[in-house]
Amino acid sequence: MTLQWLLVGAIVACTTCADLLQSHGMRCGGARWKVPLSIVFLAASFFSFTQLLRIADLSFAVPATAASLVVETVLARLVLKEQVDWRRWGGAALAAAGVALLAL
Amino acid sequence: MNARALWHTAGVILLNAAGNFALTVGMKRAPAAAGPVLALLQPFAAAGIVLLIGWMLLRLRLLQIADLSFVLPLTAVGYILNAAMGAALLGEQVTLTRWAGAFLITGGAALTSMTPARSRRKQEEREAAATGREGGEP
Repeated sequence: MTLQWLLVGAIVACTTCADLLQSHGMRCGGARWKVPLSIVFLAASFFSFTQLLRIADLSFAVPATAASLVVETVLARLVLKEQVDWRRWGGAALAAAGVALLAL
Repeated sequence: MNARALWHTAGVILLNAAGNFALTVGMKRAPAAAGPVLALLQPFAAAGIVLLIGWMLLRLRLLQIADLSFVLPLTAVGYILNAAMGAALLGEQVTLTRWAGAFLITGGAALTSMTPARSRRKQEEREAAATGREGGEP
């Protein structure tokens, strides 16, 4: 069970890093190194996902990775300075609640 | 919405579910001695990877012909479909709380998709308009 959540954490962390690097690289410059680095993180995320499927149910693994939506929304506000309205916060909160239900 | 976009959307949802299903079967069937990398060479796992590459390419194509706000809520159905495939085809015990979790995540993705795709663009446009006015433009 602990390993499952460690892998979910790795997937969420790698996906978040990849998306932030891609978005930041395409908008704020530095795409030449940020985009290739994001692909490294995406590969790590996919590899972690394959290992998660080895030990966890499909019905757990796919929804659990949606936790990245929550982390990315927070970091999009803090790092990318995006305007996040109540619907976006609401969507992230619903996803967080869904992931919390999976943890029960 | 045209039929082409709908067919693409259906293809995206099905490829994602089929890819995840094949990958799950492959990874579960791989012998423990195979190790984390060699397990990916198991036929079902390899088929899953090919299907997921197809899913990614078809999703890119779909994003060319349809709005992100159209794509996101429809493809979020995939969370429920994956749970259903786990229960129906893999014999997984999907509890009521897990179903509720999958539906909440789908609802969250749908709610997020109702927001403008690029919030910063509006802000930048406003700033550009303000700068233009300050510069004496009509």
